[in-house]
Amino acid sequence: MNNAIKINNLTKKFGNFTAVDNISFDVQKGEIFGFLGANGAGKTTAMRMLCGLSVPTSGSGVVAGFDMTTESEKIKRNIGYMSQKFSLYEDLTVWENFRYYAAIYGVRGREIATRTTGMLRELNFYADRDTLVKDLPLGWKQKLAFSTAVFHRPEIVFLDEPTGGVDPLTRRQFWELIYKAAESGVTIFVTTHYMDEAEYCDRVSIMVDGRIEAMDSPANLKQHFGADSMDGVFRQLARKAQRTD
Amino acid sequence: MKQLISFIQKEFRHIFRDRRTMLLLLGMPTAMMILFGFAITTEVKNINVAVSDASHDERTRRIINALAENEYFNLRETASRQRETERVLSDGTADIVVVFDENFDEKLTRGEKAGIRLIADASDPNTAITKINYTTSLIKGVESDWATSTPSGRIIPNVRMLYNPQMKSAYNFVPGVMGLILMLICAMMTSISIVREKETGTMELLLVSPVKPIYVILSKAVPYFVIACVDVLAILLLAVFVLQVPLLGSVVWIMVISFIYIAVCLALGLLISTVAHTQVAAVLISGVALMMPAMLLSGMIYPVENMPVLLEWLSSAIPARWYITAVKKLMIQGLDISYLWKELVVLSFMAGFLLFVSIKKFNVRLQ
Repeated sequence: MNNAIKINNLTKKFGNFTAVDNISFDVQKGEIFGFLGANGAGKTTAMRMLCGLSVPTSGSGVVAGFDMTTESEKIKRNIGYMSQKFSLYEDLTVWENFRYYAAIYGVRGREIATRTTGMLRELNFYADRDTLVKDLPLGWKQKLAFSTAVFHRPEIVFLDEPTGGVDPLTRRQFWELIYKAAESGVTIFVTTHYMDEAEYCDRVSIMVDGRIEAMDSPANLKQHFGADSMDGVFRQLARKAQRTD
Repeated sequence: MKQLISFIQKEFRHIFRDRRTMLLLLGMPTAMMILFGFAITTEVKNINVAVSDASHDERTRRIINALAENEYFNLRETASRQRETERVLSDGTADIVVVFDENFDEKLTRGEKAGIRLIADASDPNTAITKINYTTSLIKGVESDWATSTPSGRIIPNVRMLYNPQMKSAYNFVPGVMGLILMLICAMMTSISIVREKETGTMELLLVSPVKPIYVILSKAVPYFVIACVDVLAILLLAVFVLQVPLLGSVVWIMVISFIYIAVCLALGLLISTVAHTQVAAVLISGVALMMPAMLLSGMIYPVENMPVLLEWLSSAIPARWYITAVKKLMIQGLDISYLWKELVVLSFMAGFLLFVSIKKFNVRLQ
């Protein structure tokens, strides 16, 4: 089976409000899948269900080979997660943060040291391993947060607006990390506000009012909507939205 | 298990790296003990007394001498006239004026009643009563000396203060401070440290990870549990060696009852963390919902027996009340553990119930 994620008719209701309305899609292994939508379109809710943080009202799905509704514990072991709310501990050093997240996912002691060394060398950051995270610039923090999210070698990594508030150059570097991870076979599921980033994805889906309105590769979408950028595609679709924040 | 150890290690790092937290955790107990022990005492010292003696005889002189010699009294004026009484009290020269009847000695020798009037500044009624009591007992003491020399056979009240013969107020404050400090460290700090993870977003990361919720709870509770135990020991040492409070009961049982109380406080902290979303809210909730009742209703400052029935009932719901009573019994009264079964049962029940509810609530939130 080549699907990292396979979702059928997933719905989430909060009372009368249908946050996610009957969505179905699948994501291939090793794919970079962009999950777009305006604020309030339901993408965070959908992502929370995929990560096992929220139970779907109806529908089913398989994430990393496990059933969403019955095997959420197994799913948790096989995914990585990085949120926009930056998630390293500021008062711990880089090294301590890595060791902590490794312990959460049950990586073995000796393995932790070799992997951390390898990762930090690759990032050219080994010399700063004993620096407290709060003393680092935001761009570095985000790169390190991504590294901790893939540290336990998950099958899928969920990135919730990972590049919020960073300058274009750092974003570019960040995407290089994403590409590198995808090349090694990790499936990337990413939400973003930046439409130029959507161009970097293999495929994107665009959510409007809880439903997926379009899903294809950026090139095909641009052709279909007759737009010269993903921004144009997004604007055409977002105009249909009934919901306001 | 290894996972849990590295969690606990990380929590300790958070605490040790934050100087303000460290200061709060270790400096506060010391500061509170010294403040309560030395500065904020409810005992009355330095009673300023003025005497209006119209009789000038042997007996009045003896009473005046007794006042002058006593370390609690400062004799300010000995020859003030009766009409000056008000002046002495209102300008603050004296807190109490002792007025002897005319021909005091003569009347007594003749077997008549001789009066001593005590006039006190009662603007602070509680201390006024205490001062009057001190003065009365001093006069009675002098009187009892006469009684032995004259075979008149009258009844002399013999007041004795049990458990705290010198009326040292530090005695009562030690259990109170222990109750308060443990509540502060365990409940407030635990809730803050959990809510902080919510604020920074790291909690979300823990939620998507395969970590068992009970590990998260344990890793938060263990460091504060350890620090709380260190604080209990530090308070006991300070009490015994600096404030000279006797430690009559068994230290082992004091520690046991402290463990149970710490469990109650940790559970309360956990409960607060499920309600509060910001650190400020956690501080406010634990301050208003835990610290205030613990200070006002636990019997630490105001005796439970003196409260209106409704408040007395309410105070039964306050863990600190049971803990403070238990420590008082053990430490100051030196009672055996068999006198403490009620406190033990109540606190154990509270601990069990609160832990059950808070862990359940915490798990629900994780879903």
